[in-house]
Amino acid sequence: MRFESIVAWRFLREGGLQTVLIVVGAALGISFIVFITGFMGELQRDIVQRTLGVQPHVTIKPLEEIARPLRREGDPADAAQVLSEVQPRGQRLRSVDQWQAAVARLRENAEVRAISPLAAGPGLVTRGDSNKSLTIVGIVAEPYAAVTRLDQKLVAGRLKVDPGDVLLGRDLAEDLGVGIGDTVRLSTPSSTGDTYRVRGIFDLGAKNLNQLYAYVGLPTAQALHALPGGVTSIEVTVTDLWEAERVAADLSRSVPHLVESWIHTNRQLMVALSNQTLMTRMIRFTFGLVVAIGVASVLMVAVVQKTREIGILRAMGTSRGRVLRVFLLQGALIGLIGSVLGCAVGYTLARIMSGLLTSADGSRLFNAHVDLPLYLYTMLGAIALGVVAAWLPARRAARLDPAQAIRM
Amino acid sequence: MSAIAAPPVVSLSGVRKRFNEGMPNETEVLHGIDLVVAPGEFTSLIGPSGSGKSTLLNLLGLLDRPSAGEYRLKGVPIGDSSDDDRTRARLDTLGFVFQFHHLLPEFSALENVMLPGLMREGVFTRANRANAADLLSAVGLSDAFDKRPGELSGGMQQRVAIARALALAPDLVLADEPTGNLDTHSADEAFALLRRFNAERGCAFIIVTHDPRLAARCDRVIELRDGLIEHDGPVTRSAPSS
Repeated sequence: MRFESIVAWRFLREGGLQTVLIVVGAALGISFIVFITGFMGELQRDIVQRTLGVQPHVTIKPLEEIARPLRREGDPADAAQVLSEVQPRGQRLRSVDQWQAAVARLRENAEVRAISPLAAGPGLVTRGDSNKSLTIVGIVAEPYAAVTRLDQKLVAGRLKVDPGDVLLGRDLAEDLGVGIGDTVRLSTPSSTGDTYRVRGIFDLGAKNLNQLYAYVGLPTAQALHALPGGVTSIEVTVTDLWEAERVAADLSRSVPHLVESWIHTNRQLMVALSNQTLMTRMIRFTFGLVVAIGVASVLMVAVVQKTREIGILRAMGTSRGRVLRVFLLQGALIGLIGSVLGCAVGYTLARIMSGLLTSADGSRLFNAHVDLPLYLYTMLGAIALGVVAAWLPARRAARLDPAQAIRM
Repeated sequence: MSAIAAPPVVSLSGVRKRFNEGMPNETEVLHGIDLVVAPGEFTSLIGPSGSGKSTLLNLLGLLDRPSAGEYRLKGVPIGDSSDDDRTRARLDTLGFVFQFHHLLPEFSALENVMLPGLMREGVFTRANRANAADLLSAVGLSDAFDKRPGELSGGMQQRVAIARALALAPDLVLADEPTGNLDTHSADEAFALLRRFNAERGCAFIIVTHDPRLAARCDRVIELRDGLIEHDGPVTRSAPSS
C-alpha cells in the first residue's frame, strides 16, 4: 500500500484549493455530527437525572401479592372459576424476603456499581399546626449517596441520618418553616412517631420531589413502618444508565423479586428520549450523506482532471487494483483529516454552547468534555464514509483505458 | 559451446486489429502484421496519418489486444494474457516515451524517474534514488532533481520522460513522436539521447515519427501504409518519407 499511499497523498496535496474546500466541508459536516451527538447525549443525561431526582437505575421490590381465584378441586385442567368476581388485592408494605441474600447476589453482577437497601412508606410530618403527608425513607447514608448522589444535592447541613435525625427537601422545609437544627414530628399509620432534628436540607431540582421525601436512618424507618429488620426495596446503580433495562433483566434471573429499571417505570420519558434520539440520528445521517456526496463529487472531478496521469500510470505498469486503491485512499484520507478537524471544531462548538445554554436554576445545561470514544468512532466512521464515497470515482479511474486516457 | 540466441524482443505474426467488431461500423485497421524486432535494434516506425502506427504501437505496448494473430514478447505469447500479466509485463519489459511527455506534475523530476521503481518496490528506495539520479545526470539534468515538471522547458521534460522510460532497464522502449513537440535543437538532443542509451544499455527502440530526418538516423525503418507494412529494412541514403 506504500505506492498507493504516496500517490494518493500527492494527488490530494497537489489538489490545492479543491482539496482544502472538500476537507473543510467534510470537517464542518463532521464537527456538527460530533457536536450534536455529544450535546444530545449530555442533554438527555441531564434531563434524565433531573427528572428522576433520586430514582435509582434499578429497583428490587417484593413481588406483588395477587388474589388467586378459587378453582374446582381435583381438576386442574378445568379453568372455570367458581367465584364470579376476583378483586385485586391491596398491596401492603412488605419487606423484601431474604434481602441480605439478594444484596449478596446483586453484588456478583459486574455491571452493578452501588447497592442501597431502604425502607420507605407513607407518613406525616408535623410542625406546630402544619401537617404534610410524605414518604419517609429509611436509608444507610453511604450506599444511598452512592446510588442517588444525595450528598451532592444537599443545600444545607450534611448527610447524617443517625437515630433522631431527619433530612428534608428545601420546599418542604420552607412550607414547615424549619431550618437546620429545628425539630419536626414524624408519624406513620403504624406508629404515633417521635420528634426528629433536621440535619440536612436537600434540593432534588423539582418542587414536588422536594416536598415528597424525608430521609431518616434505616433502623428508624423500620421502626416507623413496623418492618423490623426489613427493607421495602433495594436500589441499584449500574455502570451504564441506558443499559439499565438489560441489567434489570439479568438481575431478575438471580433474585426471586420484582426487578424494575428506571426505563420501565418512566416509559413516557423514554418514548420522548427515543424520539429525540431518532431525530438526532436522522440529522447525523443527513450530514453524513452530504459529506459523502461532497467527497464523491470532488473525487469524481479529480478522476476526470487526472485522466491522463491515470493513463500514464497504467501504461507504465500500475494495475487496475492499485489505481482503485489510490482513489479509495484519497477518500479515506479526506475522512481522516476531516474527522480530526471536525472533532476539534465539534468540541470547541460544545464548549461555546455549554457556556450559552443554562437551565432554570442557572446551572449549565450540559458540560462539554473530551469524549475520546466518540471521537474514535467518528474517525473510523468518517474513514469508512470516505472510502464508500470514493468507491464510484475509484472504480471509474481503475476502468479507464490507458491508451484512450493518454490521448486525452 | 555456442551461447543460446536470445529470443526476439517483439514477434508479431499475422496480427490484425479490428475496431467495433461485430457491429455495422466494424473497421479493420491492421491487416496482418508480421514483425520481428531483435534485442538492441533501433527502429523507426513511419507512415502517413491513419496508416495504423498508433494502433500498432498500442498493441506493441500491451495497451490494446490484437483481434487476430500472435504477439510474443521476449518469446512469450502475451496477446491473450490477463490484464494483470500485461500490466506486469509493461512494468518489467517496456518503457514508454510519449509526445507530450506525460510527467506527473505532483512529483519532482527525480521522483518522476523514480516512479517505475516505486511501482516495482512499493517504496522509494535508496537504490532507486541513486539510479534515478544517474539517469537524470546522464540526460544533463543534474541540477533539476527537485524541479517540478511545470518548472522545466519542453525539451527538459522530454529528457526526464526518457530517463523515466529507462529507469527499470527495459528490453524495449516505445517512443511515440518523442520529438514531435520540440524545437529542432531540443529534438536533436532528445534523439541523440535515445541513440546513446541504445548504444550504452542495449535496449531496443521502436520510435514512431513523422520526421524523415530522424527516421533516417535509425538502423531500421518500418513504413506502414493502410494497415500493412509497406517497407521494412535498413536505412538507405534515400530513406522512405512519411
